[in-house]
Amino acid sequence: MEHAESNYYIPHGSYWPFVGSIALCSFMVGFSNLLNGASWGKWLMVVGGIILLVMLFGWFGAVIRESESGAYNEQVDVSFRWGMFWFIFSEVMFFAVFFGALFYARTYALPWLGGAGTGASTNIYLWPGFEAIWPQTANGPAAIGGEFKPMAAWGLPAINTAILLTSGVTITWAHHAMKANHRGQLITGLFLTVALGAIFIVCQAIEYYEAYNHLGLTLGSGVYGSTFFMLTGFHGMHVTIGAIILAVILVRCIFGHFKPEQHFAFEAAAWYWHFVDVVWLGLFIFVYWI
Amino acid sequence: MSTTAAEGHHADHPSGIMRWITTTNHKDIGTLYLWFAFIMFFVGGFMALIIRSELFQPGLQFVDPQFFNSMTTMHALIMVFGVVMPAFTGFANWMIPMMIGGTDMALPRLNNWSFWILPFAFTMMGSTLFMDGGGPAGGWTLYPPLTLQTGNALPFVVFAIHLMGMSSIMGAINVIATILNMRAPGMTLMKMPLFVWTWLITAYLLIAVMPVLAGGVTMLLTDKFFGTSFFNAAGGGDPVLFQHIFWFFGHPEVYILILPSFGVVSTIIPTFARKPLFGYSSMVYATASIAFLSFIVWAHHMFTVGMPLAGALFFMFATMLVAVPTGVKVFNWVCTMWRGAMTFETPMLFSIAFIILFTIGGFSGLMLALTPADFQYHDTYFVVAHFHYVLVPGSIFAIIAATYYWLPKWTGHMYNETLGKAHFWLSAIFVNITFFPMHFVGLAGMPRRIPDYALQFSDYNQIATIGAFGFGFAQLLFLWLVIQTIRGGAKTTDQVWEGAEGLEWTLSSPPPYHSFTTPPLIK
Amino acid sequence: MKRSDWVKFIGRSLSAVMIMFGSQSVLAVQPFNMTKGVTDISQRVFDLHMLILYICFGIGILVFSVMFYSILKHRKSKGHKPATFHESASLEFIWTVVPFVILIAITIPATKVLIEMEDTTKADMTIKVTGYQWMWHYEYIDHDVNFYSALKTSRDEIYNREEKNPNYLLEVDNELVLPTDRKVRFLFTANDVIHAWWVPELAIKKDAIPGFINESWTNITKPGVFRGQCAELCGRDHGFMPVVVRAVEPEEFDQWIAERKGKANKNFAALENAQHTLANSN
Ligand code: HEA
Ligand code: HEA
Ligand code: CUA
Ligand SMILES: [Cu+2]
Repeated sequence: MEHAESNYYIPHGSYWPFVGSIALCSFMVGFSNLLNGASWGKWLMVVGGIILLVMLFGWFGAVIRESESGAYNEQVDVSFRWGMFWFIFSEVMFFAVFFGALFYARTYALPWLGGAGTGASTNIYLWPGFEAIWPQTANGPAAIGGEFKPMAAWGLPAINTAILLTSGVTITWAHHAMKANHRGQLITGLFLTVALGAIFIVCQAIEYYEAYNHLGLTLGSGVYGSTFFMLTGFHGMHVTIGAIILAVILVRCIFGHFKPEQHFAFEAAAWYWHFVDVVWLGLFIFVYWI
Repeated sequence: MSTTAAEGHHADHPSGIMRWITTTNHKDIGTLYLWFAFIMFFVGGFMALIIRSELFQPGLQFVDPQFFNSMTTMHALIMVFGVVMPAFTGFANWMIPMMIGGTDMALPRLNNWSFWILPFAFTMMGSTLFMDGGGPAGGWTLYPPLTLQTGNALPFVVFAIHLMGMSSIMGAINVIATILNMRAPGMTLMKMPLFVWTWLITAYLLIAVMPVLAGGVTMLLTDKFFGTSFFNAAGGGDPVLFQHIFWFFGHPEVYILILPSFGVVSTIIPTFARKPLFGYSSMVYATASIAFLSFIVWAHHMFTVGMPLAGALFFMFATMLVAVPTGVKVFNWVCTMWRGAMTFETPMLFSIAFIILFTIGGFSGLMLALTPADFQYHDTYFVVAHFHYVLVPGSIFAIIAATYYWLPKWTGHMYNETLGKAHFWLSAIFVNITFFPMHFVGLAGMPRRIPDYALQFSDYNQIATIGAFGFGFAQLLFLWLVIQTIRGGAKTTDQVWEGAEGLEWTLSSPPPYHSFTTPPLIK
Repeated sequence: MKRSDWVKFIGRSLSAVMIMFGSQSVLAVQPFNMTKGVTDISQRVFDLHMLILYICFGIGILVFSVMFYSILKHRKSKGHKPATFHESASLEFIWTVVPFVILIAITIPATKVLIEMEDTTKADMTIKVTGYQWMWHYEYIDHDVNFYSALKTSRDEIYNREEKNPNYLLEVDNELVLPTDRKVRFLFTANDVIHAWWVPELAIKKDAIPGFINESWTNITKPGVFRGQCAELCGRDHGFMPVVVRAVEPEEFDQWIAERKGKANKNFAALENAQHTLANSN
């Protein structure tokens, strides 16, 4: 800790956090009402969403201005790093729950329903004749959601894997360019990353369309559909957010922000992107492949 | 919102309500957290008094059983997420920068947001009491399928929990960044005060488990509204899956509620024993071990769900192991007192009561860990007695002790010692009158979460109810004392307590708005 | 107030409290410990409970005596000067290892009991127990007998319009009749939400989970009526779904079951309709 603390930047009061709370609260109250059958709920959601966007612009705008005016010293930078790092860790735990649900349902609950291990009487008395076969009968003994075909790994999902892995390479390339102060390469690399992200999202949308319209695979297809769509859905959401963040960074690069030796916002976005990448690998292996 | 000034200035913050809404100052935010917790304590306690009133006598007297259940549920959610966690975050905000010689928290704007999410979250949750179908009534554990029978309240509760989770995660990130990055030169990790250590570890627990709870309640939401089958056997899911998720969060959560208390007690005992803390490094390791073990014991809440034998055995062994590091802490505190030169001001009294009553709660925890015996204890008032012993004379006493201990520093005024002692004795006596009889009715077979009970449980329930009212009203004295101290009173010195050691006592009382603008020298 | 006034005041308050309690139970001490129960397993569970309780008492007394000795002797007001020691590797070692050993020692008998509790094989008969909101359904699998069992206590008693009888809240319309000295296997499941079937005297508490079956067993050693309650929050009337087991000699049981077979499932539909009695009250 060799820095002198007095240079640590303490921002003045800010009303953005409070605005953010109002935004989240409006959005959630709107959503709750919508779920409870009140159609006006969606308008409140829209309002909440707009306030949220305003808040993000305001808050991050302030941070960007402070950063560009040189307010942040190295120690502030370290705080941001720890902040981002542990935020990503919390996201990892969030995905871990859904992976956990998948493993639990697949290796424990379903076999039990099918009579494995101590489950004999469950099968005999409650679900006679049910055989637990993953994924064919993973919509449970009552075949909730009707018949479905699982998503094959070696079609679109494999292509998507390639796309995301490539985007991991392009962003690393951009990072090297940033450090070497090669602006052109930096912008090209970032642009490619954002574009690959967008293609990924499109492919994912096509995949969902296929699932719903040709495979009979829906969110309601028993526990297979539940875990499939929850995992891929939340992942898709994260890719979308990551792509938007990267797009903002791209714009900032075009405006000439960042220095070769100090560009934490870029790195944070890159970390996030890698995290999304790694989660996808987990998805590809455990959801699609085996 | 200034964007140009490169340095934080001291005096030019807005006044009035805008000061509190926009503040980025760790002390202001700490104060907000503490007042929020205090208010919620009365709200949650009020609900407990409704519960206790209904249980004063057999028969249904005051409330409908459904409303009773939602009181139980809300009481617990408020006490856990609205009282103990915010209170400790408030202490963390106030004290961590001062203890490690920093200026402020590492991420001040985020800090503001962590707090200002909470009032919204609790308003959302509280409002469900007035909705169609009433508030959530499935217990704070939210087990499906029962919780899926909740009326309009369900999405509100789920989103409120999401908000609380966000708040805790951001708060925890801030604590970690502060501790790792804001220490004065020379303040190595193994020189940090124990309160800082326990909070560092607590923050890790928070980051690891709050997202898990968020994921779990999200699945509740999709099961109810989007046709998923996570918790539905007919669709290949399992209601017990939720219990695993909940307790994977829930058990570490109870240590989130107690570890900072350990930190507080480890700070107070040496001060009033005028003797350094015994076994500092073993305290650190013990805290870390408890945190580690907390991740592998969750299913001790679920012994009756029908686990494979090997699972039950594993969770029994692992749970029992927690007693070892916790014992180390208790023994260390006793050894700190041993051959000290003790005085018994109010914070010390509360800390001593903490040690005794927490240990009693720990003992009953250990009994619960014994699987075959847990079949008899589970879901009875014996469990209720256990966790109130670790939570009320545990966490709440630690919070009260910390308030008495640091309030003079914060305000520059000494509280009224006589009244403080009166508050202590009333609390200590009534808390036992409230919760000790619950062991008896529990063992005698009274299930928890019931609004009415068989006749043989009536005596102990009456005693408990009397105790609860006594304990509750004793806290009004506390409220009065705090207000009185803030508004005036004898001036204190910077050190406040004769035996106090640490950087926070080198600052003036009350301390300057920004704690250490130049880093202090650490020996 | 003078000292004597205080004494009077305390005396009066105490007697007031006594009268208050006395009116309920004529000062009889109400049960405050776990039951020993009526099976071999329940007895062993009770022994485990007492064992760990005594261990906790022992450790507690030890730790607190040291603490109170210190609190009494090592006070500043007594002029005690603080020592400066703050570490002792050997002490730390001892108080890590000793509790560890004690804990291992307790888990050994606990493990034995647990293994036995889990062994549901070689049962003489099987009963399927299904939890409903808010009643139980019992099915004697090998005898083709089944019936519902719901709370019998009247609403007048619950709403304090009538004197409460001694089995208040612990009485049902159809008791579960079981033979003594036979190994009875239970299969637990539920129809709507999770319930838990609990009879303290049998030391059985098992969750009844919709869609799954949990197993347990008992072997009752003496005839009698044993009362328990649902032990998992299951909604509004969770407090109003008791369990009553009547254990009878095997011969009597055989007789009962033969009789019951004739009128089996007679009041089936009637009960099904009555199931939301409490929910519809008020
Ligand atoms: C602050 C909160 C807190 C703390 C610290 C603890 C601490 C412990 N708890 Fe508790 N617990 C809760 C809060 C807490 N608990 C809550 C809220 C519930 C109920 C939730 C619900 O269902 O709603 C619960 C429920 C609960 C259960 C489930 C009961 C059931 O539902 O059937 C179990 C079972 O194992 C358990 C065990 C333990 C153990 C072993 C400890 C240990 O950490 C205790 C260790 C401490 C000691 C043992 C004392 C000091 C040690 C010594 C002096 C050393 C020597 C001692 C020996 C060797 C004996 N707890
Ligand atoms: C930190 C956590 C915490 C705290 C501090 C408390 C504090 C108290 N609890 Fe709580 N409790 C839980 C956590 C906590 N509890 C949990 C997790 C559950 C389980 C829930 C479940 O089963 O799902 C539970 C359940 C629970 C039950 C069981 C309910 C049931 O099973 O149906 C009971 C019953 O007596 C109870 C009582 C009390 C009492 C009397 C207090 C007292 O200590 C409270 C004292 C405070 C006051 C009484 C406030 C004083 C205010 C006034 C006197 C002023 C009057 C009011 C106004 C001005 C508005 N609690
Ligand atoms: Cu059925 Cu509680
Ligand atoms: Cu636990």
